[in-house]
Amino acid sequence: MSLKTHQLLQKKKKNILELWMKNQLADEGLREDLISNDELRSQSEELVDALVSNLSSENFTDLNSDEWSPVIEILGGIAITRARQGFSPRETGNFVFSLKEALLEVLQEEIVDEPQHLFSESLKINRLMDNLSVVTFETFIKGREEVILRQTDEIAEISTPVIRVWDGILALPIIGTLDSARTQIVMENLLQEIVETGSSIAILDISGVPAVDSLVAQHLIKTVSATRLMGAECIISGIRPEIAQTVVHLGIDLSNIITKATLASALSHSFKLMKLEVRKSNTTAKF
Amino acid sequence: MILSLSKDTVQVLKEQDVVFLKNRVKEVAVKIKMGLVNQTRLLTAASELVRNMMRYANGGVCQIEIVSSGRNNGVRLIFSDKGPGIPDIDAAMRDGFSTGKSLGLGLPGTKRLVNEFDIKSKVGEGTTVTIIKWANG
Amino acid sequence: MDKIPILRLGNFLLVTIQVDLYDRLALNLEADLVQMVNKTNARGVLIDISAVTIVDSFMGRIIGNIASMSKILDAETVVVGMQPAVAITLIELGLPLKGVHTALDMERGMSLLKSMIDIDDEDIDQESTDDDIITQ
Repeated sequence: MSLKTHQLLQKKKKNILELWMKNQLADEGLREDLISNDELRSQSEELVDALVSNLSSENFTDLNSDEWSPVIEILGGIAITRARQGFSPRETGNFVFSLKEALLEVLQEEIVDEPQHLFSESLKINRLMDNLSVVTFETFIKGREEVILRQTDEIAEISTPVIRVWDGILALPIIGTLDSARTQIVMENLLQEIVETGSSIAILDISGVPAVDSLVAQHLIKTVSATRLMGAECIISGIRPEIAQTVVHLGIDLSNIITKATLASALSHSFKLMKLEVRKSNTTAKF
Repeated sequence: MILSLSKDTVQVLKEQDVVFLKNRVKEVAVKIKMGLVNQTRLLTAASELVRNMMRYANGGVCQIEIVSSGRNNGVRLIFSDKGPGIPDIDAAMRDGFSTGKSLGLGLPGTKRLVNEFDIKSKVGEGTTVTIIKWANG
Repeated sequence: MDKIPILRLGNFLLVTIQVDLYDRLALNLEADLVQMVNKTNARGVLIDISAVTIVDSFMGRIIGNIASMSKILDAETVVVGMQPAVAITLIELGLPLKGVHTALDMERGMSLLKSMIDIDDEDIDQESTDDDIITQ
């Protein structure tokens, strides 16, 4: 045994890269539509460079050592970009696994006479690359999660419109499940809009809320109380008969809250509160 | 896993220190881009806890930290005093319980305003209250 | 000693709180305001808290106290201009300020006070006309 494995790999850097590229290009799952071959090559080269130059005999199995942080950084960067570009987990996984193949192949060619040594070194490489693939997957999934979280934020933002139905009357139709995160947004938007428009009445329409349990009711009560503290009134409309039933069965007390069956009756109640009258005009239409 | 990104300690012994503490907490909250409503919750919680510390223990120390967990940043406040301690924490955490002349909303109310709330107390040694408020949560 | 100015406007007292209250200031305000209600025979108190960014349980209690004390002295209290964040925090804290009237702004607070006092004033008017008759 003339060279340590890490030295050997450093010497054979070019071969590793060529082998790896060959593996990747031969793979059926190659996504030329998402990444050009040149780009793939420069990505791979960067990673092999970082990997090989940071290898030393001590850090082989210890991924926490500082020398690995540039490798992990590069790998993480690649994984995140791939997640955003829409690579599948399998394609991203193969990226790392095919590097492992290349490393092992080179090792096999170099250590011919010492099967025992080859075996132990292969195991080490295996363990190292397995750790790196775990990192890759973690980052890949994190990248995907970020996309999902961003979309969730967007949905939350656009799904709570505050509408001015009359001068001094706001309406807020809620569609979908009302959880505590959503209540926060609904409440904040509503109260902010009350301040901005100087509206004294807000109608919360829950026709689009599939179910009302005690938690949802609590959220509604909270919103109404906060509106009142600011000096405005809050009416809850769109209460379907099933919801009335569950509310009573659950023993939820809504008696302090003005509730109406429809948005229309909530609006006419608001008119009454504001001492407004809506009448048919007296002038008879001429035919 | 919660990582601590920065740490700062403020002594609270007089009424002026309370104002200074609130300003420090506000600065930190603004720095991590906490929304206005969450800022208000955090500052109100801090106000409750620092008042308890002044009233029952003649002051103490508050450690202000910026913490992070995943993609979320937050503010952690640790209030520790060397006061008489709380004999019955469960009772103190109930709405409407008070030994002093107050509404007894301090501790349970504070808990509702923050994301994480932890209280440790030993009679005769002092009390430590730790709260975390996440920037969005 | 720090004080928050209290303005008198006809039958009403106006207080605009421009700074975040600390404990001593709030206690002073409570004492001063009750004194003023008594001295001026005010029928209504308007407290503008639109510039206040934090109301904790202590401050909430002071506001509640002012309302109850004024009520005993036959004056109504209206709190105006509460910020959304403050309202949400107070509710979560468990402090819905029962017995305190609220309004969006000074103008609406004023008309709310007037409407509340008008109702009571009907009997007073009656009395005063009776008085007039007697003096005639």
